[in-house]
Amino acid sequence: MSQHCRPLLRVAASTTTRSAIRSYASQAAQPATRKLNVPIDFGKTPLLHHSPKTFTHTSGLPQGGSSTRLNLCQAVNEGLRTALREDNKVLCFGEDVAFGGVFRCTLNLQSEFGPDRVFNTPITEQGIVGAAIGMAAEGAKPVVEIQFADYVFPAFDQIVNEASKFRYREGSTGANLAGMVIRMPCGGVGHGALYHTQSPESLFCHVPGFKVVVPRSPSQAKGLLLASILESKDPVIFMEPKILYRAAVEEVPDELYTLPLSKAEVVKPGADLTIISYGRPLYNCLAAIEAAEKASPGISVELIDLRTIYPWDRKTVLESVAKTGRAIVVHESMVNYGVGSEIAATIQEQVLLSLEAPVKRLGGWTTHTGLAWEKFIFPDVTRIYDAILEVLEY
Amino acid sequence: MKFQNPAEENAMPTYRIMDADGNIVDNTRDPQSVSDDEIIQWYRNMLTVSIMDLIMFDAQRQGRTSFYMVSAGEEGIAVGSASALIPEDVCFLQYREQGVLVQRGFTLKEMMSQLFANKDDHGKGRNMPVHYGSGKLNVHTISSPLATQIPQASGAAYALKMQRLINPNVPPRIVACYFGEGAASEGDFHAALNIAATKSCPIVFVCRNNGFAISTASIEQYKGDGIASRGLGYGIDTIRVDGNDIFAVREVMLEARKRALEGDCKPILVEAMSYRVSHHSTSDDSFAYRAKREVEEWKRRDNPITRLRKWMEKKGIWDEDKEKEARASIRKEVLREFSAAEKVKKPPVRAMFEDVYEEITPEARVQMKELKRIIEQYPKEYSSISQHEGGIKSLEE
Repeated sequence: MSQHCRPLLRVAASTTTRSAIRSYASQAAQPATRKLNVPIDFGKTPLLHHSPKTFTHTSGLPQGGSSTRLNLCQAVNEGLRTALREDNKVLCFGEDVAFGGVFRCTLNLQSEFGPDRVFNTPITEQGIVGAAIGMAAEGAKPVVEIQFADYVFPAFDQIVNEASKFRYREGSTGANLAGMVIRMPCGGVGHGALYHTQSPESLFCHVPGFKVVVPRSPSQAKGLLLASILESKDPVIFMEPKILYRAAVEEVPDELYTLPLSKAEVVKPGADLTIISYGRPLYNCLAAIEAAEKASPGISVELIDLRTIYPWDRKTVLESVAKTGRAIVVHESMVNYGVGSEIAATIQEQVLLSLEAPVKRLGGWTTHTGLAWEKFIFPDVTRIYDAILEVLEY
Repeated sequence: MKFQNPAEENAMPTYRIMDADGNIVDNTRDPQSVSDDEIIQWYRNMLTVSIMDLIMFDAQRQGRTSFYMVSAGEEGIAVGSASALIPEDVCFLQYREQGVLVQRGFTLKEMMSQLFANKDDHGKGRNMPVHYGSGKLNVHTISSPLATQIPQASGAAYALKMQRLINPNVPPRIVACYFGEGAASEGDFHAALNIAATKSCPIVFVCRNNGFAISTASIEQYKGDGIASRGLGYGIDTIRVDGNDIFAVREVMLEARKRALEGDCKPILVEAMSYRVSHHSTSDDSFAYRAKREVEEWKRRDNPITRLRKWMEKKGIWDEDKEKEARASIRKEVLREFSAAEKVKKPPVRAMFEDVYEEITPEARVQMKELKRIIEQYPKEYSSISQHEGGIKSLEE
């Protein structure tokens, strides 16, 4: 018990520092005074491998081979290229995929693999996903692109009623959709407004059948994408945070490797609080943790990258929270009925007696992403920092 | 300046080989290249569907199964088109195509296992009755959402084409995709035909236009010249055929299959005209929206089974005695499989959690354990578990 009181005492001892920092947050409109909501320095963040020397920090990354500095869209491109080379059953299609894709993720794939394997489709999301289901059912590995996650809804019936239930209803016929992957750029980009910012992952998690994956970095994107295409026996929804396409740059191993699905990664160990997140907000989480640990010396916060949102790695999360006694879940998508609700409820069910504070959910506000307010809607460093203090103080 | 007015265009003609009295009216495609035995087998297959319809409809009325959908009036479309396929061709069905399954070799035992959701059902008792599927016969399991199978079929056809590109020794195969005229109003129909055309997929779309989508008559379903007229807009070779004429359906399907595989492959649209003689399903009383007289007239005037029977009698290969014998023996066989399937245990309760993913997730394992605990705690509330293969034991780790 005394162990769990530690963070609370430490924070109480540093009230002056905390209130000083909180005052900056209220003056977010004055850039010069910002200390928390400053741009993420992707060139320095430890969430990226700036040198192959740190590959040892990520379980599953190959050691000792060659590597190349790639941004996220290049890494997706490299993952697709590797899969197309590895297995001639892999097909790659969607709207505007042939010339390289609107985000350049499929660049030069058609020239290398030909128009039979990499091609454009008519503009029809239900058709793209429907066709992919039929292909996978006949043994192909279709990796399809929905141009923006915001436009996946016409395919919702094919995803929810058809692909998700496919293996189940086929029963002993054995037909299944292994190798089918639906890629879609998701999340805020600063000016995407209503239909270029959405993160609909929790909608896919409510109906089992798909694995839902969100990478945070280029090396992850390649490894998780290759696992989705080449290893997963279940269809995968692969959501790529588009704001990271060019921003996140790191060393990516050149060889074929996969990272395990449904396995979270503890990216920063800590003792007093667990933050669970995935994709883009992880960078904000780490910045907020660094600020909080600096403001309250002695506290340490554990950061977990969920990587696969569903079926999620309950063991890693629950073990962490059982140890720290406090948890915050952070995601961009709206907080109501979001991924955070499921994780918070599971924590509450499974490790209630370890909890020192209510599980905090931090998500986008329960509204739509109006163009003018994106920076106020998604959890920023300030909100995460404030939540860390709130949960530790509880 | 001239606006094209669809009302001024001629309706697409309906191809037929045999008239309603069983007389051959088009000798250019000779059904007699097929052996008499084979034609009799088609007839028996149509009869099997028809007899099973009556028995299962009554069985549902008696509460012995939960649901049923009959195929009355459309047996010719299913059996005739399936007779033109090779076993390796892949089929996607809507739900009113039992004849396709019977023609491809789906046994009465397999049908009854599905209808009774017993442990022998390929779908492991998960689907409503009439949602058949068979890996062996290359028929994907039927799902209730309308038209969703149509773009899937286009994709499957593309995969078959790619298999040949990778390995030219693979025999050429097509996909046959079935749906009703009501389903053709769904967005998935549009998506599927457009993708199949732009990606040159070897597929034959078979639309069963039976005049009704539950209570909605086709006059409320579309304003154009049926479904066939749409094929041309997608750049798809299209034909309309008399669905009550099994010879015409078969010949059209043979030709469609051949064309679908020519050159770089292409899709074909077949609109088979018929009339839904039956109610939509056991949950529907169609006399609430159409006159009984109209239905009776159709039954009397034209029917794929009686039409072929007339032809066979004229040819001297069928008579009243053979008819009686066939009906009696099929009925006996259906009833035997019915009683047998009714007695077979239900699938293990565990199968409820299996196949959602390839492996049961940790979350589902917790739920299995919880369900087991509840059943053990309140055994009287769940006495029906004894009807399931393995009883409560199937929920053990």
